[in-house]
Amino acid sequence: MIVAQRKPLDEIIAKAEPFKKVVIAGCETCVAECHAGGKKEVEILAAQLRIAFNRKMVPVEISECSIERQCEPEMIESCAEQIAAEEAVLSLACGVGVQQMAERFPNLPVFPGLNTTFMGTHSAPAKWEERCAGCGNCVLDLTAGICPIARCSKSLLNGPCGGAHDGKCEVSEEIPCAWAEIVERLTKQGKLGQLRQIIPAKEWDTARDGGPRKLIHGEAAP
Amino acid sequence: MKSGSRLEQLLSRGEFVVTAEMGPPMSADAGAIMKKTDFLRGTADAFNITDNQTAVVRMSSLAASVLCLQAGLEPVMQMVCRDRNRIAMQSDILGAVALGIRNCLCLSGDHQSFGRAGKLLGHPGAKNVYDLDSINQVRMLRQLRDEHKFMGGDPVKGEVPLFIGAAWTPLGDPVEFRVIRLGKKIAAGADFIQTQGIYDVERFAEIMQKARAEGLPEKAAILAGIIIPRSAGMLKYMNNHVPGVVVPEKLIRRMSEAKDQKAEGIAIAVELIRDIRKIEGIRGVHVQPVEWESAMPAISEQAGLLPRPEAAG
Ligand code: SF4
Ligand code: SF4
Repeated sequence: MIVAQRKPLDEIIAKAEPFKKVVIAGCETCVAECHAGGKKEVEILAAQLRIAFNRKMVPVEISECSIERQCEPEMIESCAEQIAAEEAVLSLACGVGVQQMAERFPNLPVFPGLNTTFMGTHSAPAKWEERCAGCGNCVLDLTAGICPIARCSKSLLNGPCGGAHDGKCEVSEEIPCAWAEIVERLTKQGKLGQLRQIIPAKEWDTARDGGPRKLIHGEAAP
Repeated sequence: MKSGSRLEQLLSRGEFVVTAEMGPPMSADAGAIMKKTDFLRGTADAFNITDNQTAVVRMSSLAASVLCLQAGLEPVMQMVCRDRNRIAMQSDILGAVALGIRNCLCLSGDHQSFGRAGKLLGHPGAKNVYDLDSINQVRMLRQLRDEHKFMGGDPVKGEVPLFIGAAWTPLGDPVEFRVIRLGKKIAAGADFIQTQGIYDVERFAEIMQKARAEGLPEKAAILAGIIIPRSAGMLKYMNNHVPGVVVPEKLIRRMSEAKDQKAEGIAIAVELIRDIRKIEGIRGVHVQPVEWESAMPAISEQAGLLPRPEAAG
């Protein structure tokens, strides 16, 4: 899923302050899962903003809505009428949802309330970790199901750099070395020899480096 | 000859070679390079010029290598994958060769958030590149030289004479993979290998045995890394914080008991060179003075490495 984190309250207050009517639009999918932008977080943020504006005696009216998947245009329609009556939208979706909202309401200022961070998973209670960088040409079959692009700090393809230490990355004690994990898993499977083969340099044109990407589904396209 | 470099000539003649490391200044001061070359002249056969090591901005390795050449010393230009994509790397290589550089050492490079050194600020917020890993970097340079082709397939006119090096951390984690990784670097085209600093000669000898079992020392010249220790504190620090550097406890004790730690450091480096030299398959040493270039003459002298042999020129 897409992992995101709420922006600091002060930053959000500063963005909402110039308006009289602001709607906070949540998203019930990924960002709800990581407790950043679901219905509950919309409620909490709305309450925080009301209190803050009350204290500052700035008359900003806050309303709330929550969309099943803000990144899907049809789903935004469920709240379209309410949103159209507002002066600004504070979106608690990931960056895709925020942009979808901006596209749907070209005349409304739309602000991100979250920082979209990565594609990852819930690895432990209250902990999320990056798992995929969307490189567009997956090599997980070669690397024991552990992504060297997203999980190695240097995106190395042919084994650990000289900085690996006790299974940790040279970048920080908090980061497991992806290559230490790959080597460990393949050793357990008795397949370490598989890594003798040189994995050729990645052609990054399938990744972001090729420019914004587009996908047209051959069979499903009209 | 692949490059005709002095390093290559001496190795192919079977000489026990010496390389020494030299860090460019954090300034545009050519004089700083000249000062170091004065200390280093005659102490080794070729001199590694580091490439923004620990991700701190320094004079470019290419420029400092040219200054080194002008001072009459042969450089080994280091090139890290952190800061350049394949286009910039190949372009820099063409320029380097045109300016007379013949040796290049391929490295991943320390990550820009490298915080362990701790003394300098660096640029932890920089966008890194890592377009290639060091193994594909070696392969790219070999293709330029031997197949006269850029990585993308376009032809390269004329020769790109280069002696291609790679680094090896034999005692780094996960240690079971290190010989495999060395084999990959050599298969990719590395002509010579310089290792991370070795203090635990016994363990290194064991790993070298594994490397020999794979036939690796015959395919590339392995130069063992020697980091000149200055103090017991430095040894402790390296043992705890520098990945792949393992310092035996008795060496740390010996250093802390020494009256003159600097003199002891030189003595230790000299002994390491003598012991490591006996390991089958070691073709030379790569000495890292770490900002203590003035120690090099004493080390080369006491280790019986002087005078350095002449190359054809
Ligand atoms: S290899 Fe690419 S697609 Fe596969 S997990 Fe890694 S980043 Fe994602
Ligand atoms: S220590 Fe491991 S994860 Fe970190 S950069 Fe090196 S190989 Fe990648």
